[in-house]
Amino acid sequence: MKPKHQRLVLALLALGAILGASALAMSALKDQAAFFYAPGDVRGKPLPLDRHVRLGGMVEKGSLVRAADGVSIRFVVTDGAAKVPVAFRGVTPDLFKEGAGVVAEGQFQSDGSFVADNILAKHDERYMPPQAAGNMHETKTLEQ
Amino acid sequence: MIAEAGLAALWLATGFALMQVMLAWGAAKGAVQGTGEVVLKALRRVAILQGLLALTAFGLLIALFVQSDMSVKLVVENSHSMKPLIYKIAGAWGNHEGSMLLWVTVLASAGAGVALFEKRLPQGTLAATLGAQAAIAIGFYAFLAFASNPFVRVSPAPLDGRGLNPLLQDPGLAFHPPTLYLGYVGLSVAFSFAVGALLMRDVGPAFARAMRPWVLGAWIFLTIGITAGSYWAYYELGWGGWWFWDPVENASLMPWLAATALLHSVTVLATRDGLRAWTVMLAVVAFSMSMIGTFLVRSGILVSVHAFAVDPTRGGFILALLGIYIGGALALFGARIGTVKQGATFELVSREGALVLNNLLLTVILGVVFIGTLYPLVAQAAGVQLSIGAPFFEKSAVPVGLALVAATACGPLLKWRRDQWNTLFGKLLAPVGVGGIAFALVFALGGARWMPALALGLAAGLAVASVLPLVRRNLRRTPLHIYGMVVAHLGIAVSIAGMAADSAFKTERLAAISVGQNVTVGPYRVELLEVRPVVGDNWSAVEAHLKASRTGDEPLDLFPQQRFFANPPTNTNEAAIATLFDGQLYTVIGQGDGQGRWQLRLWWKPFVTLIWLGGALIALGGLLALVGRVRRERRAETEE
Repeated sequence: MKPKHQRLVLALLALGAILGASALAMSALKDQAAFFYAPGDVRGKPLPLDRHVRLGGMVEKGSLVRAADGVSIRFVVTDGAAKVPVAFRGVTPDLFKEGAGVVAEGQFQSDGSFVADNILAKHDERYMPPQAAGNMHETKTLEQ
Repeated sequence: MIAEAGLAALWLATGFALMQVMLAWGAAKGAVQGTGEVVLKALRRVAILQGLLALTAFGLLIALFVQSDMSVKLVVENSHSMKPLIYKIAGAWGNHEGSMLLWVTVLASAGAGVALFEKRLPQGTLAATLGAQAAIAIGFYAFLAFASNPFVRVSPAPLDGRGLNPLLQDPGLAFHPPTLYLGYVGLSVAFSFAVGALLMRDVGPAFARAMRPWVLGAWIFLTIGITAGSYWAYYELGWGGWWFWDPVENASLMPWLAATALLHSVTVLATRDGLRAWTVMLAVVAFSMSMIGTFLVRSGILVSVHAFAVDPTRGGFILALLGIYIGGALALFGARIGTVKQGATFELVSREGALVLNNLLLTVILGVVFIGTLYPLVAQAAGVQLSIGAPFFEKSAVPVGLALVAATACGPLLKWRRDQWNTLFGKLLAPVGVGGIAFALVFALGGARWMPALALGLAAGLAVASVLPLVRRNLRRTPLHIYGMVVAHLGIAVSIAGMAADSAFKTERLAAISVGQNVTVGPYRVELLEVRPVVGDNWSAVEAHLKASRTGDEPLDLFPQQRFFANPPTNTNEAAIATLFDGQLYTVIGQGDGQGRWQLRLWWKPFVTLIWLGGALIALGGLLALVGRVRRERRAETEE
């Protein structure tokens, strides 16, 4: 191979690698980017049923119900504008409590409720929904 | 007085860094004209002094923390007089200002190291390298002085400090940041070498040989840092996971990927004088990734468990520095790359060809991780809130990583310059056979999903292939760096086997049970014997006593805790982990329901320890290679 050709081959390979990486990333992004919603964002709008999303807001005081098995819970997420009931099975993070901010990862159901497979609790008590992706710990769930 | 002395040392170091840039200019000019010996001597001394001054400033900061000097703001915010000594010391870098001071201290010390040890480089290139190193340091000194001075005093001094985040109170984590920083900033030397070589038009094997030990050293520290960090997250956070694709984890992974690529391309440049422009480019990219990583973690722009700083001016400052250094280096690269002569060429089926493939695949993984880490930021700027989690990376980076494992198996079996497909196939028979059998066993009998099964098969194949270079060699006369390569590649195989085994065969149980009841997880039956309160030196906790038994083994006693720290008020989960020869039993206690039942999360994780054992082997391989290379260089020097 002539040096010139080789340089061309390498340059093309490098270009292919970059394009490949971008294509890979973009195709995975289409499926896997979790968009962020507050309860007010989905009220009266079609629900994003087909994708994994994050739901952020406050755990409404008095809404937390623990099931008999000791590991399933139900609670209501509110942002002042609307409410979404959430179901979750797993260990909640230490900072998860009524009246505190929460971010739940999971899927909306056709009845308007939300099934979480992940609960992220926020450090900050003075929680404001817009910065909902703030400091948090993750807790993983059974399905993963 | 100590705080003022520390600040003075910082300013003096800044002055010396400025002097270093000017002297480097003079020495580089002198080198072209054949003079400049004297200037170079002065330059070396100034670089060493600058390193010593930065070390002094950092030492004084540690002294302030050890003394619990509550008139210093940083100590008040991050320490407490009742803390154990080790955490007082670690508190010095367990915060934004202190960690930036550590950063620049490592940077200056690395420059001093180059000035001390580098004997064989052409004068001009060495001078330009030291100048570039000082130029980077100046920016970060300015950042400390103007945007995050660690020595600021408070008045009046409070009686005691606020303590250190309990999550960070862990002996492993105390030394995690310094290890990572040694790796991050060690790459600055490679960057400076690249800039120096570009300035002096001196890109070639000599430059590659000079750069190689620094890249190796940095890469070893990054490997240790990432491995230790992963284990820390595993046992401290109590989520049972060992890698979360968290932005901060990615921030350390990206420089490692770039450094791994650089390590391999430097070898091509040093051995065969090929890949000249590419190696220079990678050296720039590797340190850029370190700086971007620092920016991501320290600007508070990305949210994560470990980010401390939330200050837009600081973020802006680091971003400006990033722009100047990365932009400047890339501009220099663009301007000078035309003058870098074409290196030696090679056949595609050859050791060089395999190394090019390694670099391409690593670059793809790097690109994917980079996009996945930064895309949420870009989206946020456009007003869309989204997050990218593990599934994205598992879909995009992991398959490429597995292709890289296959390439890693082939590379060392190929000859330099040119080789034949047939000989490669002949050598690959054993690894492919073993890998195929492993895959079939795991997939058919173990009932694993095909991706982990494939990963296990590849790991088995790589394990066999990685030791083949030692077959039919005189083991006593084999150079040390060959052993290094073998051990590091074996480490990759071991680590991937651990990851695949964990993801294929782990079992998880989540239950709420009362004292006296039991649950099963994997092969174990776990009984809850007791739940009791315990008190530590700065925490109190609820502790469970679990007895885990399986047939044929002694029963195990485990004591997971849910800890409460008073200052600052936080809860942490202390998992109890039993390590056995065939895996780990991982237990976490959750909340009580007030009616005598306690949540337990239990995992049985077969062979999960291989992940970190592999990481240790990779680092050990790097160390063997480093010792071998340095000894060779020394011998070459004495022969001259």
